[in-house]
Amino acid sequence: MSMSRQPMASRHALPVKQLLLTLLAWSVAFVIFFPILWMVLTGFKTETAAIADPSFIFSPTLESYQAVQARSGYARFAINSVAVAFGSTLLALLIAIPSAYAMAFLPTKRTKGTLLWMLSTKMLPPVGVLVPIYLIFRDVGLLDTRTGLILVYTLMNLPIVVWMLYTFFKDMPKDILEAGRMDGASTFQEVWYLLLPLTLPGIASTGLLSVILSWNEAFWSLNLTSSKAAPLTAYIASFSSPEGLFWAKLSAASTMAIAPILILGWMTQKQMVRGLTFGAVK
Amino acid sequence: MTRTRASGRQVGGLRALSLQAPAVTLLLLWMLIPLGMTLWFSLQRYNLLMPGMTGFAGFENYEYLLTDPALWVAMGNTLLLVGWVLAITVVGGTLLAVLFQQEFPGRGIARVLAISPFFVMPTVSALVWKNMMMHPGSGVLAWLFQSLGLPAIDWFSNFPLTSIVIIVSWQWLPFALLILLTALQSLDEDQVEAARMDGAGPLAIFFFITLPHLKRAISVVIMIEMIFLLTIFAEIFVTTSGGPGLATTNLAYLIYIRALLDFDVGVASAGGVVAIILANIVAIFLVRMVARNLEE
Amino acid sequence: MATLQLHDLVKRFGDTEVIKGVDLDVEDREFVVFVGPSGCGKSTLMRMIAGLESASEGDILIDGQRMNDVGPADRGLAMVFQSYALYPHMSVADNMGFSMRLAGVPKAERRAKVLEAARILQLEPLLERKPKALSGGQRQRVAIGRAIVRNPGIFLFDEPLSNLDAALRVQMRIELARLHEELDATMIYVTHDQIEAMTMADKIVVLHDGVVEQVGSPMALYHHPRNRFVAGFIGSPTMNFFAVEVAGLDAEGVRVTLPGGGQCVVPVDGSRVQQAATLELGIRPEHLRLDDAGPLGGTIQVLERLGGQTSLYIETDGGLVTLMADGDVAYRVHDPVRFGFDASRAHLFDAEGLACESLKAHPLASLTRQDNRVSPQAAP
Repeated sequence: MSMSRQPMASRHALPVKQLLLTLLAWSVAFVIFFPILWMVLTGFKTETAAIADPSFIFSPTLESYQAVQARSGYARFAINSVAVAFGSTLLALLIAIPSAYAMAFLPTKRTKGTLLWMLSTKMLPPVGVLVPIYLIFRDVGLLDTRTGLILVYTLMNLPIVVWMLYTFFKDMPKDILEAGRMDGASTFQEVWYLLLPLTLPGIASTGLLSVILSWNEAFWSLNLTSSKAAPLTAYIASFSSPEGLFWAKLSAASTMAIAPILILGWMTQKQMVRGLTFGAVK
Repeated sequence: MTRTRASGRQVGGLRALSLQAPAVTLLLLWMLIPLGMTLWFSLQRYNLLMPGMTGFAGFENYEYLLTDPALWVAMGNTLLLVGWVLAITVVGGTLLAVLFQQEFPGRGIARVLAISPFFVMPTVSALVWKNMMMHPGSGVLAWLFQSLGLPAIDWFSNFPLTSIVIIVSWQWLPFALLILLTALQSLDEDQVEAARMDGAGPLAIFFFITLPHLKRAISVVIMIEMIFLLTIFAEIFVTTSGGPGLATTNLAYLIYIRALLDFDVGVASAGGVVAIILANIVAIFLVRMVARNLEE
Repeated sequence: MATLQLHDLVKRFGDTEVIKGVDLDVEDREFVVFVGPSGCGKSTLMRMIAGLESASEGDILIDGQRMNDVGPADRGLAMVFQSYALYPHMSVADNMGFSMRLAGVPKAERRAKVLEAARILQLEPLLERKPKALSGGQRQRVAIGRAIVRNPGIFLFDEPLSNLDAALRVQMRIELARLHEELDATMIYVTHDQIEAMTMADKIVVLHDGVVEQVGSPMALYHHPRNRFVAGFIGSPTMNFFAVEVAGLDAEGVRVTLPGGGQCVVPVDGSRVQQAATLELGIRPEHLRLDDAGPLGGTIQVLERLGGQTSLYIETDGGLVTLMADGDVAYRVHDPVRFGFDASRAHLFDAEGLACESLKAHPLASLTRQDNRVSPQAAP
């Protein structure tokens, strides 16, 4: 197998070599994806079929999906997840856009330091501050509330959101904003009429990354919520004990929990790399 | 003519400051208050179950923590977990990135499938693996082993930490693949062709062109994974609860046990400080690297 | 229609001074070109006039009003950016109307002004297109249109032609000259291309390292460069320089000894020159002529035939010399060659690089582009 990018060579390569390569790549992709595939399939099985010998052939049923909603009120958790993920993302964008604008277009000597400091707050392990956050939340009544979780997720994702917006804003030609200023635009008009429309794809993918990270977050949601505000991560965790024996229901619930985010992830994978690596890999 | 971005406008500086104020203030509070409290608690006698026993403890909590054999087991587990997952994901991710960079029919779809696990929430991936994959009776792996004539393995009883490593690697391998694949796309095609003109074979190209090109991306992957892997929690929480015994208790889980199961705020905070110190050792390197990147 | 004055203008970025005290007077309706090598500060100077950079020291006056603290949109000027900086998400018409939209001008009036500008620039059929769907030249015209609708007293152009190909550049140069006449506005134009400067300017400002080296009409700069930098920068190919020794001073000028021993009298003021001092003699390639009895000689290293002209690069004792000769010269590479020049065409520079003043001004030196258009007799 050739080890480097050789589109020309591989196009003209021996059919056998090409065939082996295709086979290998697809087998690897299949193996990696298999647990997800299996989960999706199991969700359409009966509980008996789910624990029987593995088989791709079965008569699909929606009974697990119905059972999940009927017995545990799946929708409530899903609503919490949506509210928390989108709420925290909106809040983070609102706070981050002015900040990223200033860093990209009005840089001072301190800008670089500020950016790096923001990055460093991300390095603080959540477990290191679990105790105080838990106690503060308990004392001000934010435990097991969506507001509390939104607050935590906003702050958790703020550095990444600022960074990502900053890299997108920096890619925007400065001349266009200056032309706007020559045309008489105020800072707000500059942002509203020029910056936002022109960087919308970047802002959207930043928002999506923030949604994905909040949706999948499992440390704070497990420790700060119990029932009322519990999002899907915490709900799925409740399958770890006895209910976990019901694989079809676990699978149905899991499939519903990951499907929207999986699709969002597929859509934004390229731009996400920037955010995940703080712009170090583009 | 090069335009210097930094302009000496005082007005601009003021405007920049006020625009950044909300983000900076919030993050500052988010960082300093809990950090201060953690440090303070770690020096206090503070157990939620014993409200009467309070007061300054000095380094008692640290002493208790550091002489507790559980800490060293947890540290060992943390390092093993981080080390193994890093090794698997970085080596695997590099090889897979090169593989998925080749042209073959359906490459786009195959890539998407291969990076999918990264978008699966940790509680789901842990439970799917624990039950449907690794269950000693009805799991897919058990069935696979049996059809090959091998005895089924009771993963979580016999190889608990290995099981966790497998689950976490499955989640993070796609991350490494995604980042390295992106980095590979910026590899200059001319460079590869020049090397081939110089007589380099595929292996030589991999070791002398591809790998050096990926060096920075690989170190970014290592550092970002480290930060997350040092505090793996949900995967342990829903599968083994740190057991059997302490076999899968890492530092994060130990702090959780001390804080929310034993309600010993003081000791848990001391553990938090230790975790922060550990993470900062990594963070210093990552921040330095990103800083260098900012200069360019 | 506006005048512009700069008084002792200084710009610092941190500790580095990029504009080191510039004084300049721009008259109403004048076409002024800032020219200089990259990094000389010409764009920064223009951006300070535009209000996009603040002045660290000094004053900017437009029509006699101090503008240092006035925002860029309120200085009564418009700017055409090097990258055109069109708003990519707006149509051509919206691009041109954006400033009026921000100012709250009624729609009908906006439309009328946009149409008027589109007529001047022949953009009418393109009004509904997005910038992406335009060619480089069309984008350029939209950028100019965006400036025109604001009806500015001063137009600022920041290297507007540098992204166009050579043929289009010539065409746009002509169009800009026509526009200057039609709009009757003051124009300030930044370029690194001395041909653009020579062809379009009423007045050229040569900048180097944040300092104005010389201000004057194109012909004044060509015939009477104030120093060695301007001499080398204006004119293409670049002026040749030789080290010469002063052999005598008299009323005719300065007698110098050329490399190889020949002598000539350069008609310049020798009052600052000392006997036996080493000076630099500058002579343009187009003023050198092939002459078998000439005082200078060497071997042809490279020969470039352009058809109408031939450039000879000649290796001499005094270094490599460029000579522009007739297109039909019969020489070949490695041929020995002798050449000379009319001493009245030569310039002398002292050790500091300052030119010795010519005893007689060149008849065209005070000619401006305005004079080209009206009549040569009008020149004072």
